[in-house]
Amino acid sequence: MSEYNFAYLDEGTKRMIRRAILKAVAVPGYQVPFASREMPMPYGWGTGGVQVTAACLTPADRLKVIDQGADDTTNAVSIRKFFQRTAGVATTERTAEATLIQTRHRIPETPLTEGQILIYQVPIPEPLRFLEPRETETRRMHALADYGLMHVKLYEDIARNGEIATSYAYPVQVAGRHVMDPSPIPKFDNPKLSDSPALQLFGAGREQRIYAVPPHTQVISLDFDDHPFVASKAPHACALCGDDGSYLDEVITDDAGGRMFVCSDTDHCATRRAAGHAGTQAEAIA
Amino acid sequence: MNTAPNHTLTDTLTGAFTDAPVQAAQGFRAILDALSRPGRITRLTGAAPPEPLSVAAGVAALVLLDSTTPLHLAPGHDTPALRAWIAFHTGAPLVSAEAAMFAIGTWEALQPVSRFAIGTPDYPDRAATLIVETDRLEPGGARLTGPGIDGTARLSLPETAAFQANRARYPLGFDTFFTCGDRLAGLPRSTHVEAG
Repeated sequence: MSEYNFAYLDEGTKRMIRRAILKAVAVPGYQVPFASREMPMPYGWGTGGVQVTAACLTPADRLKVIDQGADDTTNAVSIRKFFQRTAGVATTERTAEATLIQTRHRIPETPLTEGQILIYQVPIPEPLRFLEPRETETRRMHALADYGLMHVKLYEDIARNGEIATSYAYPVQVAGRHVMDPSPIPKFDNPKLSDSPALQLFGAGREQRIYAVPPHTQVISLDFDDHPFVASKAPHACALCGDDGSYLDEVITDDAGGRMFVCSDTDHCATRRAAGHAGTQAEAIA
Repeated sequence: MNTAPNHTLTDTLTGAFTDAPVQAAQGFRAILDALSRPGRITRLTGAAPPEPLSVAAGVAALVLLDSTTPLHLAPGHDTPALRAWIAFHTGAPLVSAEAAMFAIGTWEALQPVSRFAIGTPDYPDRAATLIVETDRLEPGGARLTGPGIDGTARLSLPETAAFQANRARYPLGFDTFFTCGDRLAGLPRSTHVEAG
């Protein structure tokens, strides 16, 4: 602990990140450039989220880290240990007990509360990047609120597939102005972005961008009147806890075609099982 | 070394954080909370800046300013004691209102606020942050709506017209903090303001 400054980063870097976070909050959905640092983990492992977390942490925080909803995967465990070691903060796997949650690709099933900050790890922050590769052009499109190209993309989904096939990183419009990539969360999670009591911050380390959705901010998933947005999930109940309303992972269980669907949110699933809920294969892991 | 009669070297060297990483983190969270929930008043502690800078504005300066952030001190705050304190503890270069990334002063002293940077269409983040020192900061008065606010909030503002004009330029515009003693409230450019 004493070998590191509190929360790893030097104070000058944290000031720079904090100024970027404040501008991100002031213009919801707009991507603020920041001087992303080398972190002791590779790009793609959440360096953006880690830097935002480092700039926000106080010693009184209780940190939760999830990767695809799970607290016990490599990425989540290593980031949690990183901040245990460099900031000395308490950690938890319980969504309800956390004050600060760093996430990769999920929003917890347990509704967030006012005292919490949700920090997303973002790979590609620019929602228009796959439609227009030039940064100068996408920047101009955001300046002019020229988002027609995104609607063309969604329309082409419908023309080819009969429905909007985009199932994750589904584009949203924030506070009626900026179109934003909510990071690769499943579109099942999109409704939770809107009017959340918690502050949501997004950090893209490789792409050097920070953006934000303040609490109680309207976030709308782009769609059409005749093809409305649908927050879809696998049409099953969790095999372990029986919940038919949570987002599910499909798990291959053998090499003979066996499979099961289980909650992606491990805390949600464990909490339900502890409360006595059981799915069809609950005994399999008992 | 500047030894003007109204301040001493000791005044200049003291009054900053005693545990900078932790106090700056706590100060930032209070500032972040205030800006992401316009109308909410938070408390900032840990700085003892020279007069006339408030404790809250002093903490905000220590949390946010350094040699990369040009600062404008408005008349009334542009004193030798405060210049020396800001220089020693933050290193922020002092500049004109037009060139400032941050500005500190009373609302009257900061006029006309049309001088401050509002960002550019391509980079709306390149806008000034005003730290407005007030005698009165209460959750009453002007009616606020917009991002960060559950329904409506109320905050005592020095006026409403300037903030309505600022909102009309969204996503361009300056962002504002109001400070009073150890208390601070935030008013981002995204907030709609109506007279109470």
